[in-house]
Amino acid sequence: MKLITVAGPPSSGKTSVILKTIAALGLPPGSVGVVKFDSLTSFDHQRYDEQQIPNQTAFAGKICPDHHFVSNVEGAVEWGMKKGLSVLVTESAGLCNRCSPYVNGILSVCVIDNLSGINTPRKIGPMLKYADIVVVTKGDVVSQAEREVFAFNIREVNASATVLFVNGITGQGAFMLARHWQDTLDIQTLRDRKLRFTMPAAICSYCTGETLIGEMYQLGMVKRMEFDDESP
Amino acid sequence: MKALDYVAEVSSVPIGDILRRYPLAVDYLANIRLVGVDETKTLPEILENVDEDMLEEFGLDREEVIFHFSAFLEAFSRMEESIETISSITILGGRDKTGRPEMLELTVTPGEVVSIVGPTGSGKSRLLEDIECLAQRDTPTARQILINGSVPDLDKRFATGGKLVAQLSQNMNFVMDLTVQEFLEMHAKSRMIPDSAAVVEKCFAVANSLAGEKFALDTKVTQLSGGQSRSLMIADTALLSSSPIILIDELENAGIDRREAIEILVGNEKIVLMSTHDPLLALRADKRIVIKNGGVANVIETTAEEEQTLHKIEAIDSALLTIRNQLRRGEIVTEESIPEFQER
Ligand SMILES: Nc1nc2c(ncn2[C@@H]2O[C@H](COP(=O)(O)OP(=O)(O)OP(=O)(O)O)[C@@H](O)[C@H]2O)c(=O)[nH]1
Ligand SMILES: Nc1ncnc2c1ncn2[C@@H]1O[C@H](COP(=O)(O)OP(=O)(O)OP(=O)(O)O)[C@@H](O)[C@H]1O
Ligand SMILES: [Mg+2]
Ligand SMILES: [Mg+2]
Ligand SMILES: [Zn+2]
Ligand SMILES: [Zn+2]
Repeated sequence: MKLITVAGPPSSGKTSVILKTIAALGLPPGSVGVVKFDSLTSFDHQRYDEQQIPNQTAFAGKICPDHHFVSNVEGAVEWGMKKGLSVLVTESAGLCNRCSPYVNGILSVCVIDNLSGINTPRKIGPMLKYADIVVVTKGDVVSQAEREVFAFNIREVNASATVLFVNGITGQGAFMLARHWQDTLDIQTLRDRKLRFTMPAAICSYCTGETLIGEMYQLGMVKRMEFDDESP
Repeated sequence: MKALDYVAEVSSVPIGDILRRYPLAVDYLANIRLVGVDETKTLPEILENVDEDMLEEFGLDREEVIFHFSAFLEAFSRMEESIETISSITILGGRDKTGRPEMLELTVTPGEVVSIVGPTGSGKSRLLEDIECLAQRDTPTARQILINGSVPDLDKRFATGGKLVAQLSQNMNFVMDLTVQEFLEMHAKSRMIPDSAAVVEKCFAVANSLAGEKFALDTKVTQLSGGQSRSLMIADTALLSSSPIILIDELENAGIDRREAIEILVGNEKIVLMSTHDPLLALRADKRIVIKNGGVANVIETTAEEEQTLHKIEAIDSALLTIRNQLRRGEIVTEESIPEFQER
C-alpha cells in the first residue's frame, strides 16, 4: 500500500485536491482510502462518502493535533492494510504553523492557496519546508503575476520541492500530482520510521488542565517573551 | 557553482558581501529571523551568538543553517539560468464530444496570434486547458501538445512550476495588498531582473496606455477598476512574465484598448492563443480555430478581404464606444450618435 501525507492550512483545498487526484489515478473504486485528522469538526467525510471513498475521521480534541497525528497514523496504516487499499491518503488540518506531519520516506504534500497572502509561504514553517511536493490551489482567481510571486516565495522557503498548480474545482493539474503518487514506494507498516521534524513541545501545567493565569501557576516547559523595557 | 562552493564562500566571506553578491540572501536570513546582523562577520561567526533553541524552531542547527543557506543560493542561481525559450507549439487532434476523431495538426510560432471561436459550451476553454497542461492524450479530448515538434519532458517541465504558460482570464483579480509600484517591483524581484526600475516604469506606462481611466503608481492594486486591473495584467504578462505562451480566455468586456493589448503581447515575441466572442479580436488574429461540439471543425487563415473589413468593424466598434461614453457622461443618445453603415 502506498501512503501519502497531505497537510495544509484550513480551507486551502486539501479535500478538493485529494478528490481530483484520486479521480486522476483511475484505480478501481474502493482501492483508495482517506483518513482525515482534524481538531474539532470536519465535514470532509460527506464529500468522501459521496464519491464512495472509504474514509475515517479522527479528532484531536484537547490533545495537540500533531501529537494526535503521530500516535494514530500507524493505526491508520493498519486500517488501510485491513481494507486492502492500494493507496492511503492522510489529510491533516487544524494544525499549527509549527507542525509538519511528515515521515521520512513517505511522500509528503503541502497544499496552500494563492488567496492566503503572498507572505504565507514564509510563515507556514516546517509544514512547507519539509514537503516533497507543494500544491498551490485557487490560481484561477488571482493574476498571473501573483501566481509567479507566490511560487517564488515557496521556493525561497523550500528550494528542493516540486511546485504544482492544481485547480481544486476543475481538477486542472491533478494528473501531474497523480503521477507523483503512483511513483511512491509501497509500505506494510510505519513502525520504526522517523518523523522529519520534531513535534512542538508541550509539557506545561496548561497541558494538564490548568486555566489560571499567573507565573505561580506555570510549571514545566514555558517560553517567556522579552518586551523592551524603555519607558516613554 | 556547486552547493559546496557556496559553503566555502559563505564560511569565509563577510555576510555583508554575500548580501551584496546575492540580493535574495536577505530573504533567507529574514525567514529564520536573522535581521540586523553585523555585516563584517561571516555567517558561522554570526551563528556562534545565535540561540540554538531559536534555530531549532526552524528545524536547523548551526551547521545545517550553512548547508541549507548554500543550497538556497545554489538553487536560485540555477533558476536564473533556466529561462524558457521555445520555437513552436503543435496541437494534435483528439476526438470531439461524440468521440469522432478530430483532424488537426496545427503549429503556432512566437509572434503569432490564434483566436478560438465557437458557440458557448463548444469547448474553447477546454482547448486552452489542454495546452496549459500540455495534454498527452490523457484529457477528455485525447489531444496531444508538442513543444518544438516533440513530446515535452513532463518532469522537467513541471519542475519549473508551470513557467511555460501564462494565463489571463476575466475571473482573475488582484488579491495582494500592495501599490502598483510595489506589485511590479515584487514581480520583477521574483524574476531576478537586475535593473527592475526601468522595466517597472515601462510596464506602468504601457498599462496606463491601455486603460481608459489613468491610475497612479501608488494606487493599491486591489482598488483598480476591472479595466485598469486587466490593463496592468496584460502589461505585466507581456513585459514581466517569463512564459513564452500566453493563453487568454475572454477579454472582451474589459473596457480596454483590446487591439493595442494584442499588439503589445505579440510585440514581445509571445505565442498568443485566445478564446473570444469578439469579432475585433477574432479577426485581428492570424488564424482562427473554429470549435464545434468539443472538436476543432476548421482552421481559417484571416483573409486579405477580412483584414479590409477590420477597418469597418473598428468604425462600428468606435461608434459603440462613443455611445458608451455618451451614456457614461450622462448625455442623451440621439440619431446623430449612430453613423450610417447601411450604405454599401
Ligand atoms: N476558486 C477555487 N476554489 C477552490 C480551489 N480549490 C478549492 N477551492 C474551494 O476552497 C474551499 C475549501 O476547499 P476544501 O477542499 O474543502 O479545503 P480543505 O483544505 O480540505 O479544508 P479543511 O479540510 O476544512 O481544512 C471550497 O469551497 C473549494 O471549492 C481552486 O483551485 N480554485
Ligand atoms: N472533446 C471533448 N470531449 C469531451 N468533453 C469536452 C470536449 N470538449 C469540451 N468538453 C467539455 O465541454 C464543456 C464545455 O466546454 P468549455 O467550457 O470549454 O466551453 P467554452 O467554449 O469555453 O464555452 P463559453 O463560451 O461559454 O466559455 C466542458 O466541461 C469541457 O470539458
Ligand atoms: Mg478538507
Ligand atoms: Mg469558456
Ligand atoms: Zn502544532
Ligand atoms: Zn502545555
